[in-house]
Amino acid sequence: MGTGSRSVIILEELTAVVLLTLMGAAAIGIARQRNLFGVVMLGGIYSFLMATVLVVLDAVDVAMTEAAVGAGISTVLLLGAIHLTGGTESKPIHRPWLPLFVVAVTGAMLVYGTLGLPAFSDPKAPIHQHVAPRYLTEGPEKTGVPNVVTAVLASYRSFDTLGETFVVFTAGIGVIALLRRRTPRRPREHDQEDRKS
Amino acid sequence: MMMYAAVIGALLVALCLLLTRALLGPTVFDRALAANAIGTLAMLLLAIFQFVGGRPEFVDLALVYGLLNVVGTIAVQKFFRYGDLGEPGVADEEHRL
Repeated sequence: MGTGSRSVIILEELTAVVLLTLMGAAAIGIARQRNLFGVVMLGGIYSFLMATVLVVLDAVDVAMTEAAVGAGISTVLLLGAIHLTGGTESKPIHRPWLPLFVVAVTGAMLVYGTLGLPAFSDPKAPIHQHVAPRYLTEGPEKTGVPNVVTAVLASYRSFDTLGETFVVFTAGIGVIALLRRRTPRRPREHDQEDRKS
Repeated sequence: MMMYAAVIGALLVALCLLLTRALLGPTVFDRALAANAIGTLAMLLLAIFQFVGGRPEFVDLALVYGLLNVVGTIAVQKFFRYGDLGEPGVADEEHRL
């Protein structure tokens, strides 16, 4: 079992490294590409690679969200945007050195920040020392909810969940407002609706 | 385990080749085909890694990936056929909102 699990870990790490390298290549391709249709396609590819990395890291639910949003909906929405705006990007007037510098510095700071985090799936990380055991042991008594996931989502993090619901609600209202404005007019039925209301 | 490693290696090599095609691809159809095939490879890698990790409960998710791939490909094809994603096509003129 010991050698087996070690070879699994080596296999997963090698795959993650290869996938992240490919993602870097795809990102550079996106930045250099002037044909926006190619950019949309490469964005979908980037998203599928990201989802596969998340699968390798054993976060299957996040991977599914990434694939659905990044590769599914975004491709369709961006194709619609290309239809409305045109398919080629004009050459930038300025050399993008300052934005590149800002991005590089921000990325370096983020990488520096990850150095202080506990190692990936480290059982001695603080969250596994007192946070998760406390939820598991005291959750049912304190909240009265038998399911631990529901207890965390709806009781311990209820304000967070409420805020998320607000965000989704607002986004839904925005989408409905935008879609209703673009509905083509049909004079007769509009008259009927007006009479009804 | 060796077999899993061989399969994953082959899939990663195929992924590299497809990404090269997507980056170089002279026409947009090369890129669209490469993106579609990479979606399929992502599906296969998901299935393989479920078995490598010893928890094949989530293999069903491969179905979701397959459906997403179909959605993306149909969107691309409709975009090139009609130039507009909102175009209802010819057959369903009656369902137009």
